[in-house]
This record gives sequence, C-alpha cells and structure tokens, in this order.
Amino acid sequence: MTTGYFNEMYEDGAVRAPYARLEDWMRSMPAELRQMKQAEAEDLFRRIGITFAVYGEGGDPDRLIPFDMFPRVFSQDEWRRLERGIKQRARALNAFLVDVYGRGEIIRAGKIPSRLVYRNEVYEKAVCGFVPPRGVFSHIVGIDIVRTGPSDFFVLEDNCRTPSGVSYMLENREIMMRMFPALFQNNRIEPVDNYSDLLRRTLASVAPAKCDRDPTIVILTPGHFNSAYYEHSFLADLMGVELVEGADLFVENGFVWMRTTEGPKKVDVIYRRIDDSFLDPLCFRPDSLLGVPGLMDVYRSGGVSICSAPGAGVADDKAVYTFVPEMVRFYLGEEPILQNVPTWQCGKEEDLKYVLANLKDLVVKEVHGSGGYGMLVGPKSTPEQIAHFAGRIAANPEHYIAQPTLALSTVPTFVEEGIAPRHVDLRPYCLVGERIELVPGGLTRVALKDGSLVVNSSQGGGVKDTWVLAE
Amino acid sequence: MILLVSHVSTYRYDAPVRGAVQSLRMTPSVCDGQRAIRWQVEVPGGTRGAAFRDGAGDWIESWSLRGPASEITVKVTGEVATTDMAGVLRGQREAVAPEVYLRETAPTRADSGLMALAHEAAGGASDALDRAHRLSAAISEAIAYRPGATDAQGTAAEALALGEGVCQDHAHAVIACARHLEMPARYVSGYLHAGEEGGPNEASHAWAEIWIERLGWVGFDPANATCPDARYIRLGSGFDARDAAPIRGVAHGRVAEALDVTVAVEAVQQ
Repeated sequence: MTTGYFNEMYEDGAVRAPYARLEDWMRSMPAELRQMKQAEAEDLFRRIGITFAVYGEGGDPDRLIPFDMFPRVFSQDEWRRLERGIKQRARALNAFLVDVYGRGEIIRAGKIPSRLVYRNEVYEKAVCGFVPPRGVFSHIVGIDIVRTGPSDFFVLEDNCRTPSGVSYMLENREIMMRMFPALFQNNRIEPVDNYSDLLRRTLASVAPAKCDRDPTIVILTPGHFNSAYYEHSFLADLMGVELVEGADLFVENGFVWMRTTEGPKKVDVIYRRIDDSFLDPLCFRPDSLLGVPGLMDVYRSGGVSICSAPGAGVADDKAVYTFVPEMVRFYLGEEPILQNVPTWQCGKEEDLKYVLANLKDLVVKEVHGSGGYGMLVGPKSTPEQIAHFAGRIAANPEHYIAQPTLALSTVPTFVEEGIAPRHVDLRPYCLVGERIELVPGGLTRVALKDGSLVVNSSQGGGVKDTWVLAE
Repeated sequence: MILLVSHVSTYRYDAPVRGAVQSLRMTPSVCDGQRAIRWQVEVPGGTRGAAFRDGAGDWIESWSLRGPASEITVKVTGEVATTDMAGVLRGQREAVAPEVYLRETAPTRADSGLMALAHEAAGGASDALDRAHRLSAAISEAIAYRPGATDAQGTAAEALALGEGVCQDHAHAVIACARHLEMPARYVSGYLHAGEEGGPNEASHAWAEIWIERLGWVGFDPANATCPDARYIRLGSGFDARDAAPIRGVAHGRVAEALDVTVAVEAVQQ
C-alpha cells in the first residue's frame, strides 16, 4: 500500500543520510524490548496526563494519542529551507491581515477577490482600522506541511488562530530522551525545549504601548472540558504565567484585571485559546459565558493585547489559502519558497464540474471544517460514500474545496507486525512578535492505519518526535 | 436646527446585581451636517473605561459598575447643531469596506416575500440611487407603522408578513432587500425630533443607510417615508439592530431585568 511514495528513510534501497544512525538502533531492538518501551511510553504519557479528547467521537475522553517511538528526521539543509519558507509565509499572512483590516491594497490591486475577504464570516468588522502592536495579528502560525519527494514540500493549510499540538512536540521529545538517552548522545539533535521561552518572549514583545513595565501575560482557556485543556495548562506552567477562565478576568478603567488573592492585577497580554465569537458577549455572541464582557473595548482602545488578534481567522480560511503565494509576492516581493497544493474552488462553476467528475481521485474538504471531519478522501472511499458526498457538495458548492490526493511521504513506524512505512505530515509552530522565530522541529503526525493518508488524531492518527540534526 | 436631547435608560433588577459592564454607542457621529455643542454620557455610580472611535466611525465608551446595585441608569444629555444633508453621509472617517455590509444576519435575512418585493420595487429604476429610493418607498408602503406590533427580536421577514412594525422592522426590511440586490446596507441608530405629534419614545430612532457608488452612504428612513434631514441625529451603525445598539450591557447575577426609557428631542431653534 505504501510503495510508490517517497520513503524518508530509504531511497533506492539505501538509507538516506539523516536516518543513517537510526538503522542500527532499529535493527538492534528486539521485539520484546520494543513492546516494553512502547508500554513505558504510554505509561509516561498517561502519568503526565497528556490525553486528547476528541469532540463528537464518544468513547474514552482520556484516550491517548498514540505515540510512535520511531523519530522523523530532517537534515540541517532540509530544515533551513523549510524554516525560510515557513517564516516567509508567516510574514506574508500577517501583512495580509494588517492590509485587509486597513486599506485593502491587495484587493484594490485585484490580486484576491474582495468577496472572499469582506463577505467571509470570519472577517471581523469590529477590528477594521485597528492595527495590533507591531502589526501582528497571528502570533503563533501553525503551518501544515506535507512532503512528496526529497525536496518537494507543500503547504496543506495555515492555522493563524490558535493552532494546538505544540505540547505534543515538547512531550514527545521529553519522553524520547527519557527512554532512549543513548540515541541523543549518538545523534546531534537540535533542541526544542526553548519553545516556551520563545513563546513568552514573543507574547511579551506585543504588549500594548500603555504597558510600561514587565508585561503580565495570561492564558485564557474555555475550561477543563476543552479537548486541548491539557495543553493550555502545560504551556501556562512552562511559561510561568496564570491560566485563567473568563470569570477570572474583568474590565474596569479601560484595562483588564485578573482576580487574585492579593487583589486585582492588571493583565497586559492575553494568549487566548478560545474562539473569537466567545471572547466578549458585548461584541460577539451575546449568549457566551466563556469570555470577558467589555474585553473588546479595552482591546480596541489599546489597553490589552489579544493573541491571536481577533479577526486573524480570515487569513487561514481554506478559500483564502489559494492566494497565499500571491500574498508572498505582493507584500514581500519574493517568490514563495513553499508551494501550495493545487486547489479547486467548488464555488467556481468550472472547478465544480471538474471536482464532481473526478471525486474518486480527489480529497475534498469543507472550507470552514477542521480536524478531518467532513472530508472525503476519494481513493479511499466507496462509490456510495462518494455519491453521498457529491450530493453535499452540489447542495453547497462554495463550502468545499478539492485537492489532488497527495503522495504523502512515509517514515518507518512501529506497527504490530514490526516496522512498516506510514504516511506523515508536519506542523511547525512559527512565533511572530518583535522577531520571527521557529524552534527546529514541530509536530509530526502519522497515519497509523496501513495505507491511510489521514493523519488527524480524530481519525486514527498518532504522533512522532521530530528531529532536526545539527551540522 | 439646534436639537436638545435628553435620554435616560434605567435598568431595574428584581434582586441586586454584583456588577455590570456596558458598551455605549451614544455619542453623535462626527460628520457633516451635525455638530455636538455639548454632549454628556454618564452612568451614575459607574466608572468610565475604554473609549475610542471604531472602524465604522462610531465613538464607543465602556462603563463598569461595581455592585450590589438594584438599578443602573444611563443618562445622555446634549445639544446638537444640525443641517439638512439630504440623507448623504459626508465627512465621516471610516475604515470598513462597504462590501462588508452585504453580509446577511438573522433579522435581515431576505425570505421569498422580501426578495419578491425587492425585485418588484427595483424594476425599472434608472440608477442605484433611484433603486434605493424605490426600495425604501416600497417598504414604507408594505409595513405600516404600529408601535407594539413586533418585538425587539423580530425579523424583517416577520414584519413584512405581518404588514406592520416599528422603525427597527422598517430598517431591517430595507437592509434585507438592498443586500439581496447586492447593494451594501446597514442599520443606523440615532435620534429624531418628531415634532409635536411624536410620542415620548419615538425620539429614539433607527433607519438604514445604503451604499451608492460615487455618492457614498445615503440614509433612508422608511418609517417616515423620507431621507434623514436636520431633524435627525446619527449615533452609530451596524449590520442590524443588535450590532448597532446604542447600549450593550451585561449584569452579573441571576436576575430579571426591566427597562424604563424616556427620550426627548426638542428643537430650540429652527
């Protein structure tokens, strides 16, 4: 099932250089040791409490995302190119956000249809004309990348709001180092554990101008029932900042305050992990109890920073995605280093015709969907599933985009029968503040089912440690 | 015209609330044709918070009030000099692209009735401005003004089906029709000096603005079958009544709320 795909470890029967030292490690591990180690890893994950509840799936809410011990490895050269491409994209996405909430030059220049921006549900009128500190809307940009060949990388989607999963990047490394210390002596692997320092520095660097001291940062979570709550508390711990819910904050005198046992404390930067529509019932959904009434007024008058900035979602919309390479050219005057996947917009008549005629070869996604729900992987679907999905597309064509089924690269993965290639993707986390920074690594997700191309954790995906080799 | 405004809104609670936060859009727009000579917004017992001009050009200010409180009052008093601009909004600084106001919201959704009315009214129009006038006239015709006919949560479609409503319904209906014809439209809240015949609460008013290429935003008041003139004071705008509401607030506590409003807009000089 996985032949014909680029195998990141073996090329033409030979081991590719970045994986050279892993071959012995892999060969020298007897089955019993492997099982023992796998059990140990699961035990560690459960003990530190990193579990992932998936909405709407039922079952065990404390289900672990399966961790695969076989690392995914990039050479320094491969990573440098990726890093340049990711930073370039993060810069362009932020320039786009400042522009579309300002003069809209890219629209005036005819480079992107105005309707995709101004009539987009996630375009936020409330922040028109407002420029956040340092002109940054998206402070943590998660860019999902797939690989199809030695130097062929494609961006699958951008996540400009609150990309999750970075706790897995950190924990996967921690656990690998605990279980296989020798591996880390034999391979020179770039560290990722400074992520929380960089995140803290990034957030502090976008404190509002009114803040004249070391800024107070908080993480705003919807609460413990949220599927990523573990990550919220994990990051708060690592950064040494308070984890708060809406009810812990209030607005007075043009500032945001946190209730503490020593009285109210002024908050300067809110790293929010709740959606725009829940931030402030006075500005958005009036029925929301998760947010802070009056928060948006304080934000818009420059009393507090919100990361990511409200309205950032219009840059990671799947219909807007098609235009990101154009953004790179328009704002930066550069050629995009990372390519987009060719995308058909079902809202366009010609594209729709093509998509409906070729569903069996395509991947179809909902424009506003996420997490692998509401998507069709043509080659892996039955004729009935395809016919059913065709009906959904025809009913609401503008809600869907389609892409060719990409030949995702594979990395050796421990499976029941031993070791076998499985498809992977990559989500690095680019930090944007005073500087643009990226730790060498990211979250590698792996489709554990034989032949599966869907890496989402909600669809049977697992995770791997991601290595970037030092020179 | 010089208009004197006095607008008092009192929220009474059946049990004391722990506190409240309000976001007020109650200051006259800065635009040609109206100039505030004096203007004051206060929430007795409250603390003034964030204040700023938003992208649509509206002045917004927040107030917070620490409880326990069993009532909260928002008091607006002022004096505004106005001139007739024939409904055309000029001189206001805005950052929102007109196309944003093509977005549909629940109360401004065009059902088949509104769509049919829009097409019928607009047929034969010579240009966009003519089309807008015809839409407004058709809504005046189709929805009779009757206080109490509808409630604040009502939609344009419901008001049209009922054939009666208040200024909010008229504005929603014109907006729904205009957007259906791909003309950006928005809801405007403000004050109206209705003369001797106007009741005490009709002075708090709402109308619609429609974007006309080369002319900009133009106001239409189907409730009075006219365009805003020197009797009108513009406060702010939004997608619909909720989005453009002069007062948005949250009170902390599980309480029932009763609102008592008195508004008076008098002309001291013609």
